[in-house]
Amino acid sequence: MRRIYLDNNATTPVLPEVLEAMRPYFGEHFGNASSIHHHGQETRAAVEQARDSVALLLGCRSTEIVFTSGGTESDNLAIAGLVSAGDHIITSSIEHHAVLHACKHAEEMGCEVTCVPVDGRSLVNPDHVRRALRPNTRLISIMMANNETGVLQPVEEIGKIAEEADVFLHVDAVQACAKVPIDVNRVACDAMSISGHKMHAPQGVGALYVRKETHLQPLFYGGRHERSRRAGTENVAGIVALGKAAELAMQGFDRGEDKKMSAMRDRLEQGILAQVEEAGVNGEGTLRVPNTSNIYFEHVEGEAMVISLDLKGLAVSTGAACSSGAIEPSHVLMAMGLPANRARSSIRFSLGKQNTAEDLDFALGLVPEAVARLRELSPRYKKQVVIS
Amino acid sequence: MPILKTIAVAMSGGVDSSTVAAMVRAEGHNVIGLTMQLWNQRRLAGHEGMPEQVTGRCCSLDDVYDARRVAEHIGIPYYVVNHEERFENDVVRPFVAEYLSGRTPIPCSLCNNHLKFDQLHVVARQIGADCVATGHYARVEYDDSRGRWLLKRPTDRSKDQTYFLFGLTQEQLSRTLFPLGGMTKPEVRELARKHGLALAEKPDSQEICFVPGGDYKRFIDAYLAERRETLPDTAGELVTANGEVIGEHGGIHNFTVGQRKGLGVATGSPLYVIQINGAEKQVVVGGEEHLYSRTLRGRGVNLISVEELREPLSVAVKIRHRHEAAPAMLEKIAADEVLVTFAQPQRAITPGQAAVFYDGDVVVGGAWIA
Repeated sequence: MRRIYLDNNATTPVLPEVLEAMRPYFGEHFGNASSIHHHGQETRAAVEQARDSVALLLGCRSTEIVFTSGGTESDNLAIAGLVSAGDHIITSSIEHHAVLHACKHAEEMGCEVTCVPVDGRSLVNPDHVRRALRPNTRLISIMMANNETGVLQPVEEIGKIAEEADVFLHVDAVQACAKVPIDVNRVACDAMSISGHKMHAPQGVGALYVRKETHLQPLFYGGRHERSRRAGTENVAGIVALGKAAELAMQGFDRGEDKKMSAMRDRLEQGILAQVEEAGVNGEGTLRVPNTSNIYFEHVEGEAMVISLDLKGLAVSTGAACSSGAIEPSHVLMAMGLPANRARSSIRFSLGKQNTAEDLDFALGLVPEAVARLRELSPRYKKQVVIS
Repeated sequence: MPILKTIAVAMSGGVDSSTVAAMVRAEGHNVIGLTMQLWNQRRLAGHEGMPEQVTGRCCSLDDVYDARRVAEHIGIPYYVVNHEERFENDVVRPFVAEYLSGRTPIPCSLCNNHLKFDQLHVVARQIGADCVATGHYARVEYDDSRGRWLLKRPTDRSKDQTYFLFGLTQEQLSRTLFPLGGMTKPEVRELARKHGLALAEKPDSQEICFVPGGDYKRFIDAYLAERRETLPDTAGELVTANGEVIGEHGGIHNFTVGQRKGLGVATGSPLYVIQINGAEKQVVVGGEEHLYSRTLRGRGVNLISVEELREPLSVAVKIRHRHEAAPAMLEKIAADEVLVTFAQPQRAITPGQAAVFYDGDVVVGGAWIA
């Protein structure tokens, strides 16, 4: 069966160039980057070269990059590493669970947490952040782009607020990195999380930017890896892959690939909306990352839609999978104030570098038909048709 | 060669439904595995009287894991669908409300009526399945002469689940497959082994899936506490059949008809709960002879083998899951009400339970005992 993958915000395929770059580090170059001999020197060089590439992508110094196991660890390290009991944290209701649950844990450990709301387009209002400041506020943690709607948050404005108030700003850039150009100095943040597998590197590697001279309490204790900020032998192959993916992302921006991606996304979005009535974009009228489109289809159960499309070869998503794999209503869409019905009828399409125009044609051929079929079977939709 | 269909299998992670999935797959059908996520077992964990961790139960992660492994093993697509909200509204809340009004509910029937044969059928149709197969021990067949779908008892009488299926409509039955209807449990386990299913020896589940340890009183307390609702005061008097007050009780939901223990009164002869008077919060007690009754009224009637009850029908009636169906006359006495008159008085006819009517192996229909 032909299978097309439009769920790149969940994870992305490793690009062939990335796989090629990391392959030697599973065999030929197997050294421990901390060893003093030739083998160690070889992998140390590879790790540091990758660090340079990631630093270049984020606009920071290489020494400010800490490699981690992924976005969740980066978020946890930033939050647990920057606050202590008695501190106040400001975050938002649409953050990833890696941030929300890390904040919840900090709360249990004696911190105070304020969760600012978002508007109907999933935008955080910087004024809400400003008003939430307290004398003991230590950290603001706001994401750069939302994983479900793709909406870009006003992190630069929030950066100014953090600077004025002299509090730390952590930015979860997992869904923004490699999709839009990033400069940590423009954002004026103290920490920024990125994840490898959201940008065509493999699962299991990520990084945290930590501004120079910022004291970070580590999560792990062990050797003095990563300047004592993250103990544990480096995942060399993963780090090399992340470095290569960062390089490819930079080249992509130079070639205007982000704009091409955005045009593809718009074609998909408009193509669907042109064929389907009573549908619309969640987060419309905002700046979004170029690859994400979150569309609601009234009178359609998102869960049934995702399964139907999967059975026909198209992978998309709705909401968040809970531990059993069942779909739970998205906390992001609920926080936007969407009625439960609309939240349940929303589908996320997210593109990756591997997607082609033919992939979109495939989706455009399937989606309207699936919506029509599901509406046909919806008692509520039928009732409405009869009445009108 | 059977006609190949697209079949959704309701997979619970147990031996029965797993074997069903393997069977229909082996027949060459296009099979989709579905597990309903109905109740978050961790929801009440840690509430007073509830275990910290619950494992090996319906909707537990272990069961979903088992179902997923079976789906992988036999090579079918598999999805978990979330029906927690419907389950809470249509099964859990009525379950609590029934107990609090002095009745003894059967959540499994409610779940079959509202979830497994309703919501799951909807999902199945939405994703393109022609019918739904489950691991219930029952048979379904079309009777040309009557022009109706029939629900029949299975070959393995000891596993008969028709009592819980009396609410199925003709439409639901027409889209249902019970592949285990002609098999015994040992045969099912043998077949599971043949298909290489790792869970062939997994023990059967018996209890109500969302009530850990079967302690429904603790469940009700914990559920209401979690909802921040206060337990209504259902305490009242303990009276005899003549209306004589002989004591007090802590709440009608702690009692069920036929109960002997925990009455809190000491008398010379054994006393039983013979009736619960929800409106007056009275628990009526009496000697064993008072437990027997020849009639019952049923409401919420569903008829399967016949379209209507035009005249009194001679049937056998089961008044609880582990009850030997007893001969009785069945007649309609109002629009949605039937009267069952047994040939012999029956012990502990319990409001809230189902009365299911049989004509031999055929389920005529059923109703809720009023």
